[in-house]
Amino acid sequence: MLRYIVCVKQVPDTTEVKIDPKTNTLIREGVPSILNPFDQFALEEAIKLRKEEDEIVVISMGPPQAKKALMKCLALGADRAILLSDRAFAGADTFATAITLAEAIKKIGKFDVIFAGLQAIDGDTAQVGPEIAAQLGIPQITYVEEVLKIEGKRLEAKAVTDDGYNIIEAKLPVLVAEITPSSFDPSNPSMRGIIMAKKKPFETWTAADFDVGKENFGLEGSLTQVIKVYAPPIKEKGVIYTDEPKIAVDKLFNKLSDEGVI
Amino acid sequence: MINVNDKCTGCGLCLKACPFAAITLVDKKAIIGDACTLCGACVQVCKFDAIDLERRQVKDVDLSQFQDVWVVAEVKDGKIRSVTYELLGKAKDLAFELKQKVGLVLIGSDVKKFTKDLSIHGADKIYIAEDENLLQYYSDTYANIIIGLISKYNPNIVLYPATIKGRDLAPRVASILRLGLTADCTGLSLYENKLLQTRPAFGGNIMADIVDFETRPQMATVRPNVMKNLCEDHDENAEIIEVPVKIDEKGLRVRVKEVLSAVCEDGIPLCEADIVVAGGRGLGSKDGFKLIQELADIFHGTVGASRVPIELGWIAKSHQVGQSGTTVSPKIYIACGISGTIQHLVGMKSSKVIIAINTDPNAPIFNVANYGIVGDLYEVIPLLIEALKNKEDLLCV
Repeated sequence: MLRYIVCVKQVPDTTEVKIDPKTNTLIREGVPSILNPFDQFALEEAIKLRKEEDEIVVISMGPPQAKKALMKCLALGADRAILLSDRAFAGADTFATAITLAEAIKKIGKFDVIFAGLQAIDGDTAQVGPEIAAQLGIPQITYVEEVLKIEGKRLEAKAVTDDGYNIIEAKLPVLVAEITPSSFDPSNPSMRGIIMAKKKPFETWTAADFDVGKENFGLEGSLTQVIKVYAPPIKEKGVIYTDEPKIAVDKLFNKLSDEGVI
Repeated sequence: MINVNDKCTGCGLCLKACPFAAITLVDKKAIIGDACTLCGACVQVCKFDAIDLERRQVKDVDLSQFQDVWVVAEVKDGKIRSVTYELLGKAKDLAFELKQKVGLVLIGSDVKKFTKDLSIHGADKIYIAEDENLLQYYSDTYANIIIGLISKYNPNIVLYPATIKGRDLAPRVASILRLGLTADCTGLSLYENKLLQTRPAFGGNIMADIVDFETRPQMATVRPNVMKNLCEDHDENAEIIEVPVKIDEKGLRVRVKEVLSAVCEDGIPLCEADIVVAGGRGLGSKDGFKLIQELADIFHGTVGASRVPIELGWIAKSHQVGQSGTTVSPKIYIACGISGTIQHLVGMKSSKVIIAINTDPNAPIFNVANYGIVGDLYEVIPLLIEALKNKEDLLCV
């Protein structure tokens, strides 16, 4: 029996998040939350690879409402879900997030493969996966587009490189950080899946459930500090030519040459 | 501080994993020698908890002992990737303000030949770790070498390219050394002598300024094509520090079995392309991509597309730029017949130069374009191709 742990995050649907220009804070109200697509892909990979006797545990750090994302994971086929939720976890940077998830994974006990999305669509950092692997002292494979097989304590994956793919082999335990291939079409849970999910084990762990102190979590455990958030500067209007094509191309070509673009 | 305790069985796993060849076996016990840099590779592979490593606590220490601005070079196909020069240019500006030096970390096989070139581009000191088994990038080996170097030389700032390798490597180093790390920076400056790291989040809708107050070195990955001030006139005699490494292939926990570089039928993948020429609904038909390809070929660029051509089956989904496709930040992005939906703009608006060609003067793409032509792409592109073909040196190629 192998145990797969899938790390997921509930994220706001990014394109709809805006900054309030007066207060320079995020306007989150009314923004729908979704299961991070990269994480859903990682989960679906784990489900694809699991054998009958294997177990898929899905974990997430987030506010109480992140339960919804975990319930979706259970409905899609995960066996057990753990939500890490405590005010002490709030304001975590990628390091404090990785510490929290790594401590939770240690607490779960034996594991064979950790699946994570390469990055979350709100932060886009791609740091948490490798940071968890490093905390657990296990190797990592990032930019994985497909886990090809898991056999006899070995995993084989296809990972994106600068000019194609590498077929990579690793001994278990290992962490894979997955990138969605362009053909990925996220599944919707079935009715049966949604009903089954309600019967599956769901736990919520708070800071008190951990072996390490509160100072390791959230804002206090963070090593980086955001000192300011703001709307990106509005780009200066470009040079747009409306002349007839021949003249417009001439003007554009000369402009690009003069400004050293081409 | 590093110590081997009584649990050591002399299994020898740590010998194979140590990139600095610092461990020997004496009487069935691992002995850690002077070459140890505290990288911790041995601790990660030990199955018996037999190695105790206590790292220096960086918090509450005198930050002035951390000096110099480092850049981690990226080598690809026997060449230094241009992002390395971009980072060196930035590092030089920062180092000048801080009155510190620029260090460059060069890891690979047969890389000594690059030192003069890297020196001219701004490096004052070059740390070289060379071994034939370093030709292939592995997170473990590269991270362990960098961890060793940081532990030994105490840099103030370390910059990595935000490329596939850099984004794999930097967080591993940061986590093991318990250092702050900021991803995909598009701006770096100084704030009270600390590194002010600026990065986009939420698909570019928001910018954040980030500072590491307590940990050193301060570390960031930096997007290619955003740092523009290259240095090309630096002294060519950087100080060379050779780092003795020896990589035992048997110690690798992850191994590349096969390299499939021909899988990408169109050459450079979108996310790594310097020049992207993309087509949208305005092409009108599948055949339009022949013209797009022709323009891309002049730049040795890659063809992209907005969502509509993908949905209409004009081109494969791997070409899609945007929220449900690939995010790109090339040197030049040419949008042809693309109106510029928000989902598309999210995927390309951090490009260095955006050129738009569209019949509709009110198309949102013109709001983000640096240059544009309002006109029929079937008239404009052939003229542009002709003009480009007649230009002797294309700077951007």
